[in-house]
Amino acid sequence: MSLATGAFFVFAAGAVATAILLITRKSAIPAALCLITHFFCLSGLYLTLQAQLLAALQVLVYAGAIMVLVVFVIMLLNLGDEVKSVKHSQVRSVVVIVFVGVMGLQLLAFLLGQQSNHTALPPNAELVGSVGELGRVLYTDYLFPFEAVSLLLLSAVVGSLTLAKRKLEN
Amino acid sequence: MFQSIPLEYYLLLSGTLFCIGAVGVLTRRNAILMFMCIELMLNAVNLTLVAFSSYLGDTAGQIFVFFTMTVAAAEAAVGLAIILALFRNKQTVYVDEVNLMRW
Repeated sequence: MSLATGAFFVFAAGAVATAILLITRKSAIPAALCLITHFFCLSGLYLTLQAQLLAALQVLVYAGAIMVLVVFVIMLLNLGDEVKSVKHSQVRSVVVIVFVGVMGLQLLAFLLGQQSNHTALPPNAELVGSVGELGRVLYTDYLFPFEAVSLLLLSAVVGSLTLAKRKLEN
Repeated sequence: MFQSIPLEYYLLLSGTLFCIGAVGVLTRRNAILMFMCIELMLNAVNLTLVAFSSYLGDTAGQIFVFFTMTVAAAEAAVGLAIILALFRNKQTVYVDEVNLMRW
């Protein structure tokens, strides 16, 4: 089990490090690269949880489609580095202190709380992350949300095309 | 199936990532960078859902993540189209310069 434990700590450290790098970058392209690396670390974490289909989908959808779109937009807009205003740095220290406080509370809950005891797992629990089981549940129990989300994607495509197209001049 | 990492570690990690994303959203001026920090927060929640699904042996958590990823993809397309339209009209993506409707 040491490989699984080591893998968790490596991917967790990578995820936290790339997240902190992301929020401190001045220009957009290094930030996008940090986020792509973060998504790969999260995909590794999903694999340690035996969620195989989601690990593959994370790379395909997030790193492979959403981040490509974001990088296109960054290149299209061709902005310079972000310049901070004075008022901005005051807000920033307050926000950072508040959230460090929240993380401290969370750490306190983690250290003082009890270990979760292993309740009995339902049958077929070892199939939970696999493609076949997820596909079966998606097409039987969750069929209505599946069809509804296709409608959502259609409206998103129509909406983004309408927003981004140029107005015709005459 | 026996998990060698306790569930609490995953929850702590995901809470930390969520807080880092929240700090990022509140302290950036660039709309595209704010959007990327929102994606960070969404992924932290996805990690919580997958961790619980794996530890309780219930597929529902992973199905939820499936739909959250779909919604995030749709939101990415529409949000970036809005940013493009904003840039075309105001020539800026800094959110504190877009204050025409402020009182």
